[in-house]
Amino acid sequence: MNYIDAKNLVKQYGTGEATVTAVNDISLRIDPGEFVAIMGESGSGKSTLLSMMGGLNSPTSGRFLVDGVDVYALSSDERADFRKKSIGFVFQSFHLLPYLTLAENVMLPLAIIDISKKKKLAAATDALARVGLPGKVNRLPNQISGGEQERVAIARAIVNRPPIILADEPTGNLDRRTGAEVMKLLTTLNHEGITVIIVTHSNEYAHCARRLIRLLDGRLVNGELAM
Amino acid sequence: MTLKTIAFSNLRRRKARAIFVLAGLLIGVSTVVGLISLVQEMKNDINHKLEMYGANILIVPKTENLSFTYGGMSLGGVSFDMKEIRQEELEKIKTIKNATNVAALGPMVLGQVTIGGHRVLMAGVDFTATQILRPWWNVKGKIPVNGESIILGAEVSRVSGLKLGDKVKIKDKELSVTGILETAGSQDDGLVFAPLSTAQIILGQRNRISMAEVAALCSGCPIPEMVKQISDVLPNANVMAIQQVVKGRMETISHFQKFSYVVSALVLFVGCLMVLVTMIGSVRERTVEIGIFRAMGFRKSHVIRIILLEAGIVAAVAGIAGYFAGLGATRLLLPLFTEGHGLGAISLDPVMAGAVFIASIILGIGASLYPALMASRLDPNEALRAL
Repeated sequence: MNYIDAKNLVKQYGTGEATVTAVNDISLRIDPGEFVAIMGESGSGKSTLLSMMGGLNSPTSGRFLVDGVDVYALSSDERADFRKKSIGFVFQSFHLLPYLTLAENVMLPLAIIDISKKKKLAAATDALARVGLPGKVNRLPNQISGGEQERVAIARAIVNRPPIILADEPTGNLDRRTGAEVMKLLTTLNHEGITVIIVTHSNEYAHCARRLIRLLDGRLVNGELAM
Repeated sequence: MTLKTIAFSNLRRRKARAIFVLAGLLIGVSTVVGLISLVQEMKNDINHKLEMYGANILIVPKTENLSFTYGGMSLGGVSFDMKEIRQEELEKIKTIKNATNVAALGPMVLGQVTIGGHRVLMAGVDFTATQILRPWWNVKGKIPVNGESIILGAEVSRVSGLKLGDKVKIKDKELSVTGILETAGSQDDGLVFAPLSTAQIILGQRNRISMAEVAALCSGCPIPEMVKQISDVLPNANVMAIQQVVKGRMETISHFQKFSYVVSALVLFVGCLMVLVTMIGSVRERTVEIGIFRAMGFRKSHVIRIILLEAGIVAAVAGIAGYFAGLGATRLLLPLFTEGHGLGAISLDPVMAGAVFIASIILGIGASLYPALMASRLDPNEALRAL
């Protein structure tokens, strides 16, 4: 299942006159297996909304539910477990750990899971193969291109087979061709049943999604079908 | 891939920080080990000297008013004319709790005799025990093996003109001089030493003794406790420990020991501060990394474990290296504090090594606790916004 239900989410930063409302009364529902692109100008609240969906950013008010469970009513450890089981993050700047090999980077989410080293390595090798990087398991991040690093970041996000992938501008640091390849990869993963939610500035890549959500000054402008 | 792998990998990557933490702990640990070993070796050196000294417990009859000195030290009251301790009473010493610590027991009967017109003090002794009790004796000739031989102190030999092999008549008993003591600068120079039973006959004090000496000197001997135990079995005797000789030096070592503990504590404190500051720096440097861990579902406790594992690994290495560095430093410094004894005696002490190893880990982890908590409390969203 893993449907997402946001109800009247508000996120404010600062206090008093310096209060900034990054997300302003957003309600939406995302069904399992959807591919959603969140668009908007800089400062419109896209990344804040995405981090709230990832259980990383407590709302000032409102509720955020996944499968009916209020994520922000959970304890810190329970929310960490929720992220471990349900969410795969892909960051704009890849954020691979430079001192770990590609396989070790991909295995990071498995470091806190009690399975054998052999199974972890098999899962990492499989994930790297799925993103088109077989045979590069022992390389370090600085030995591969930006596009490949993004693929490794995606492999890390899917290694523990989460039902939801949250990607914050996954093509932001990539050239057009490489960006298109990454979007194709995310589309493939979505076709495999994973819910994909991306934040992007690019209309071209946004149209890979089946649904667009536009934000303006923290408010939801519309939630339209992309196709 | 486990938390341990992450910790090891991070240490490998951030070698400079790891070495800095290691240096802080290593200096602290090696200083503590060095000072403790040094004090211990200095104590061993003194104990060794004590053992060389010979007797360290004297048993004399209780007295009211007469004084007697021995070896330049006041030993309480004793007199030739006063009541003696019966020889068989000394057997009770073998029943005390610390009887195994008694290396030698030397009964002695003292009395005045005349040799060649000179009045001298005769000491009847058990020569087997006396050789242990007076390791500094250098005898020209032989130690008496029968009841008709005597040894002369150097001064007695000079004054009386008696030489090795001479015969001398003391109270109708003819005795031969089988040995002459080389000058020792002690009261022994003026004594005539005869076998205990012979002296008892000559002095008319069969089965009686004037005093007894006990050698119980070893590094682990509880001298005050043994004095009490002997006093309990010999209620008519004054039992005293000869400690004056070394007391002063022991006090000096005791002061040095206290000073060492203070210095050790300070060095360890500074070492812990180095660990604390370095680990705080490391956590701040790794804000994004910690944010990524948290985004992946790492709990706060996982983050704490990674930081503490890193600190624990470095502290364990510092514990081992610090122990050996401390021992090495002691080897180098020991000749400056002692007269060479014990230089070869510095050996690996598994108990101390274990204690140092564990203490180092506890200190390393203890000093990293705050940085670890700080890391765990990082808001993952804030950490990722630092990208």
